[in-house]
Amino acid sequence: MARGLANNWIMMPLASLGTIFILLYVVPIVFALQSLYLWTDIFIFILMAMVFFLVSYIRSKEHLLRPWKAVFRRKMAMASAVLLSAFILVGMLDSIHFRLPLSGQAAGPVQYSVEVSSLLDVITRDIHVNVEKTYSAPFATHLFSKESIDLPGGGSRRVYPRLKYGGAHLADPETEKQDDILFKLFSSFWQGVVIWGVLVALFMLVYSFRKGRKFSDIALPILKGQTSLPLRTAGLTVLVIVLMIMFVINAGTAYHVFGTDKVGQDVLYQSLKSIRTGLVIGTLTTMVMLPFALMMGVAAGYYQGWVDDVIQYIYTTLSSIPSVLLIAAAILSIQVYISNHQELFGTSIERADLRLLALCFILGITSWTSLCRLLRGEAFKLRELEYIQAAKSFGVRHVKIISRHIVPNIMHIVLIVVVLDFSGLVLAEAVLSYVGVGVDPSTDSWGNMINGARLEMAREPMVWWSLMAAFSFMFILVLAANLFSDAVRDAFDPHQSSA
Amino acid sequence: MFAYIIRRILYSLPILIGVNLMTFSLFFIVNSPDDMARMHLGQKRVTEGAIEKWKQARGYDKPLIYNEAESGVGKVTNTIFYDKSVRLFAFDFGYADDGRPIGEDILQRMWPSLAIAIPIFLVGILVNICFALLLVFFRSTYIDVWGVVFSVVLMSISTLFYIIGGQYLLGKLMQLVPISGYDTGFSAFKFLVLPVIIGVIGGIGSSTRWYRTIFLEEIGKDYVRTARAKGLSEIRVLFRHILKNAMIPILTGIVVIIPLLFMGSLLLESFFGVPGLGSYTIDAIQSQDFAIVRSMVFLGSVLYIAGLLLTDISYTMVDPRVRLG
Repeated sequence: MARGLANNWIMMPLASLGTIFILLYVVPIVFALQSLYLWTDIFIFILMAMVFFLVSYIRSKEHLLRPWKAVFRRKMAMASAVLLSAFILVGMLDSIHFRLPLSGQAAGPVQYSVEVSSLLDVITRDIHVNVEKTYSAPFATHLFSKESIDLPGGGSRRVYPRLKYGGAHLADPETEKQDDILFKLFSSFWQGVVIWGVLVALFMLVYSFRKGRKFSDIALPILKGQTSLPLRTAGLTVLVIVLMIMFVINAGTAYHVFGTDKVGQDVLYQSLKSIRTGLVIGTLTTMVMLPFALMMGVAAGYYQGWVDDVIQYIYTTLSSIPSVLLIAAAILSIQVYISNHQELFGTSIERADLRLLALCFILGITSWTSLCRLLRGEAFKLRELEYIQAAKSFGVRHVKIISRHIVPNIMHIVLIVVVLDFSGLVLAEAVLSYVGVGVDPSTDSWGNMINGARLEMAREPMVWWSLMAAFSFMFILVLAANLFSDAVRDAFDPHQSSA
Repeated sequence: MFAYIIRRILYSLPILIGVNLMTFSLFFIVNSPDDMARMHLGQKRVTEGAIEKWKQARGYDKPLIYNEAESGVGKVTNTIFYDKSVRLFAFDFGYADDGRPIGEDILQRMWPSLAIAIPIFLVGILVNICFALLLVFFRSTYIDVWGVVFSVVLMSISTLFYIIGGQYLLGKLMQLVPISGYDTGFSAFKFLVLPVIIGVIGGIGSSTRWYRTIFLEEIGKDYVRTARAKGLSEIRVLFRHILKNAMIPILTGIVVIIPLLFMGSLLLESFFGVPGLGSYTIDAIQSQDFAIVRSMVFLGSVLYIAGLLLTDISYTMVDPRVRLG
């Protein structure tokens, strides 16, 4: 019975959508928040819903499931998938926006704060409210630059002042700091291991309950690494993530783990906020371009003749413009539009969000051509195959041939390109922000962090932590995406196998 | 052959017209010249007079496509469309916002761009092919596996990191080369070393993997087995047989970018202060000089189309089976 329910592919997405619904509608009412839906939020939730449905649909069909099993059987891919899920979770938390009610107000209609917060802001509140004056190094207790301080007896002296929050709990930072950090490292290690152990045990319990088998039958193969899916690798990756989270919870509130930037903002918080921007650009762009590329590519390859000529003309024209310049031209135009129509946008965050969405659209326009060309070639090949010729001679309509016979057989190309494009898009964001045609300067993004820190390169000693944080986060995300996409490509496209 | 080239050039005309129409609509129809003027002059307290003056100085005060006031040919030629878009076909780029002729600037800035782009291109190909051949030589050993992982790691690092890291390490810490700047003649050499190294390293990851798959595809073919059966050494097979045959797919990938080398590298040039076309473009984007951006869009697509043509011609050179007609 339990298995029958689990196999019903409609149940799981409905449950997940129910969770999203509760998060989006019920929670704001309970906590008296004013919800706010940005355009990109809406797209993200549509995308999530689509992914949920796809996942459960694939789970219900054995032949669709098989290549995915091959993907996840690889240790590297499994670890990357866990890491990517952690990134996606942060991005999702950062996509639920609302306005908090102002505290300490009289009865009557509730007043809401002008500032838009996300769920991530609420969770990481302890980290980002501690704004210092200006730069400070990671784990610093003193400011990065000297300031004049009035001495009690008159006159002043140039010293590095203590930070307002970073290491403020220490009486004498010189002697105590090292022990304090070591202690925090130690305690977060144990807390992390305990929490992880509970999680793993829970997982094993649920798993054995659902399979109706003894606990030890489930637990031992996982611990020994004998399961067909590398669950032990997944578990160890989760352990690493849990340990990091615990360390941030312990040390992040007492210190600035990645230092602070020019206006004293915590760099760790900025890096976390940037995850959403990176993910939005990596996923929404492909989501925007996919329908065009699919329709046009298949139509060109299948119908041929003048349809093919027109579509080929369109994509050759678009791809002949250097993409950076096309993006620059379009973003400049949008900038002119936004700055001449200020009245359309309520808050600056909505303005920044529109620009982010526009960037996704433009990147989509510049990047759909290569997929379109690939799909055209594949559809061209497929239409000559016997089974399609047979369908034609039976008098099956074109639309039906395309939807039943062509599209399912080119989906693997679509999937491979989507997964491969993701990492390139995340990297492109940083470059575009540097050129000045990326996301809005007020949006948190790795590109903007790099761009801001670049100007401080000449300082002596160098302000390196912003750069380091942005590059590390970007590197981990892109590396995980690359490793995962390699596995996807090998599983779905036997021709291009890299082994 | 000659007739083919002529026909290809004629084919590319509609594409250039399409590019032209698209940039025109992006720059003049989506946003009217009035909008541009208002943005340049600042949002507040802009008088109509100031806008008119701004437009007049740049020749934006004419009608967009059709001039009622003129007679004869002037109805079409005395318009923004003719002045700013049609003239691009004659490579008449007009003037930048600071009054300098764009065409002359392009001719002048082309050389520093080439001085960076050509070494990166050539050294890059050499390094990548050698690296890929090395991996193929040691295929299905740990060297190959870790080589691939290494290229994935290299691919996952942002170009910006290579540039900033290289500047810091070689320029600032080790003081081997100047951090940025440019000079004419042979003294430019010391300024070019670092950008070229960084450009090459930045490209290793993805290119090596690409070359490696091409070589691996060739290595399974019958002629390779024959060559081995003849008793040729593996090195000889790799260099004499596989490399030669792999040139065809490699050429398709790289010939198309040769003309685009003129455009230079946006990031490298602006980080290293090289006065080439790449930094020209970035400066134009950042100062919102639409005339330059428009010219570079047009130039870029012309060069891309030239690259496609070159690709087709180079096919016939490396592969005698291909005939153009």
